Amino acid sequence: MNPRIRLIGTIVILLLLVIGVNIAAHGSFLEPSNIVRVLRQITYNCILGVGETFTILTAGIDLSIGSLVSLTGVVMALLANSLHLTGFALVAVVLFAGIALGAGAGYVNALPVVRLNLPPFITTLAMMQVALGLSYIISHGRPVPLTSNAFNSIGIGTFLGGLSAKLHLPALPIPVLWMAAVVIICALLLEKTRFGRSILALGGNEEAARLAGIAVRRVKTMAYVISGICAAIAGFLYMALFATGSPQTGTGDEMLNAIAAVVVGGTSLAGGRGTIVGTFFGALLIGLLDNAMNLLNIDSYLQKVVLGAVILLAVALDEIRKRYLAAR
Amino acid sequence: MRSIGKSFPGVRALADVSISVRSGEVLALVGENGAGKSTLMKILSGAQPADTGEIFIDGERVHIASPRDAERLGIGMIYQEFTLVPQFDAVANILLGKEPQRGFFLDDGEAHKRAAALVAEFGIDIPLTRPVGELSVGIQQLVEIAKALAKNVRVLVMDEPTAALSEREIDRLFEIVATLKGKGVGIVYISHRMEELARVADRVTVLRDGATIATRAISEFPIDDILQAMVGRPVDARFPELPALAADAPVRLSVEGLNAAAVRNVAFSVRSGEIVGLGGLVGAGRTEILRAIAGADRATGTVAIDGAPLRARTPNDAIEAGLAFVTEDRKAQGLVLGMNVLANTTLAHLDRFARVLGWLDSDAEERATEAMVERLRIRTPNTAQLVSNLSGGTQQKVVLAKWLLGEPRVLLLDEPTRGIDVAAKAEIYELMVGLARQGVAIVMVSSELPELLGMSHRIHVVRNGSIVATFDRADATPTNVIAAASGAAA
Repeated sequence: MNPRIRLIGTIVILLLLVIGVNIAAHGSFLEPSNIVRVLRQITYNCILGVGETFTILTAGIDLSIGSLVSLTGVVMALLANSLHLTGFALVAVVLFAGIALGAGAGYVNALPVVRLNLPPFITTLAMMQVALGLSYIISHGRPVPLTSNAFNSIGIGTFLGGLSAKLHLPALPIPVLWMAAVVIICALLLEKTRFGRSILALGGNEEAARLAGIAVRRVKTMAYVISGICAAIAGFLYMALFATGSPQTGTGDEMLNAIAAVVVGGTSLAGGRGTIVGTFFGALLIGLLDNAMNLLNIDSYLQKVVLGAVILLAVALDEIRKRYLAAR
Repeated sequence: MRSIGKSFPGVRALADVSISVRSGEVLALVGENGAGKSTLMKILSGAQPADTGEIFIDGERVHIASPRDAERLGIGMIYQEFTLVPQFDAVANILLGKEPQRGFFLDDGEAHKRAAALVAEFGIDIPLTRPVGELSVGIQQLVEIAKALAKNVRVLVMDEPTAALSEREIDRLFEIVATLKGKGVGIVYISHRMEELARVADRVTVLRDGATIATRAISEFPIDDILQAMVGRPVDARFPELPALAADAPVRLSVEGLNAAAVRNVAFSVRSGEIVGLGGLVGAGRTEILRAIAGADRATGTVAIDGAPLRARTPNDAIEAGLAFVTEDRKAQGLVLGMNVLANTTLAHLDRFARVLGWLDSDAEERATEAMVERLRIRTPNTAQLVSNLSGGTQQKVVLAKWLLGEPRVLLLDEPTRGIDVAAKAEIYELMVGLARQGVAIVMVSSELPELLGMSHRIHVVRNGSIVATFDRADATPTNVIAAASGAAA
């Protein structure tokens, strides 16, 4: 099944939902300011989901991303506070260090997977505990407020505010641009490069890929490294948003929500099939649902029940459509 | 089973097949690969429905729509691949799905008693309480038989039961078969090993191209006649003329002292333009020899192409040295079924299409794939078609396209025509001849004797991981190849 066709299901559900909710919410749902709010809210989940997509495409999984958000956030905050740099230089150094840490953690995740054939579920579960523990140890369990305000514009700034004001449109938050950049770069990486083709091939049939001369271990390792990098970027944006590196970020549902976005976006947990754009729409669907339920004043506990049901429904519909197409 | 017919999209697997097995008798079912044996047995076991025909058991017409029906009617199957749960012991495996219970709980004592009684009744000597995964393949086979017997079988189908057994284990298996006959079970025995038939079979039915060719008592059916019936036609009629080998053709591939799991000290060489066939029984180690040469498995020994030894032994090194390996099981090892024709075709040579930062030049990919589609006459609407939607023969051509894209100097083919229709087979033979003319050295593993005899300049017969006999094209006959393969004196 072509992943692009699978994606259509998600988009159709999305449209129906949007129209229905907009009517119920007397038009407030489709207001530009609300749309921008949703985009800002899904930024972190989407970036984490994009990274997760790579590991899931290899028929693996990365459970450690939530903890890595916490660890990279704390480390970057401590580093920012200890460096005698200002402005862009500080941001660049801190971001680079955070990405290196995320990439390193991803590499460590992958090492036992490719060398010892351990299941990624186990190695990343271990990393999830280790990274969160380290995050609490180095922060002494307390949030680390940033002393510099160099990060403010990244966390809460907007893009081309003047232009949007003239057009009577809400300005795009900077994190949304980060999300767009991650989605576009990763989508091109997956669809248009040798690395992406190799990921899809080894997820679809690892033995065939190996016999075709693809460096299976290296490609798999890169999937976990990318996942770690995406976690670091999410950690960086969280830190910039709250002007704090907090160990408590990443202890919640981040990882599960990211996996939900991937799966709702049409990527197969069995590997080999899926798209980055699909993950974006998966995150968008979940984000719109959250937002809609808030607008409609749905009880927050009930929201969780609905969200779970929607995840199941989206994947089940996809499966049914797949069977229907296969039977023809 | 009377007048059974079965078609698959594009292939007529069974045209008009009738077989019968009597109570207390062993009917041997023989035929080349693709003759329809497996399909017939799948119909009998309820795994697939028949399109036409009827099935009778003890004179009564029956409908078998599912494996449950088959079980209820007393039809037992022993497949080549085991269906045991390796972590469970023999007792748990034998009684799987019908465990005795006391109230809500499993009754282990009763289960053990029943299993023990069963194996005693049939004289099957197996350890009952060890996980079957720890037992030898031969013993597992016996557990599998006991499991089938626990269902009160009236008809037992055994598919190549001796393929993985040692001589001693085979003796034990035949003793059990004799016991079963004494108890009135009718046995359908599928085998490629001609030398076994005289020992175990009462009657022989030969299938060919989805039809029954002959059924005779084993005493009136000499092995040579059975082979003749299986093959059916003059052996080399449907194969193209092989190009004559130039006397001074240089050695392209040389293999020396090759050792790997299931490969013992193999040495041979293939000259430019030569097709060398590797014959032998399933499990003899032929595939393993190809895998060792191609760097797919760990191996020691020297593999040289045009005199230059391959250094590191990975698939990638072998590909770069000009070697291509078309694997036996295209779905498991050859193709990525979820990808399209283009992505599968270029998979082994992506570096040729990769530009800056690994960016793939999709126009170049498209051109190269289209050229291959034309050259191999791959029947696909376009290069974006998913390979899972293509027929077996077309899929096999996609695998060939993937490897020919690299203009290999050495081509290893493992069962290149398995499971594909006659027309596609002929095209693949033509292709092999064309490549040989261009100077490619080809090694072909084939379990189809006519193919092996018809498409090889030279045949090496493999048994127990070693080359045990070599025949030039002129000397190779079905009888002497089979004799060498099965270890019987010619």
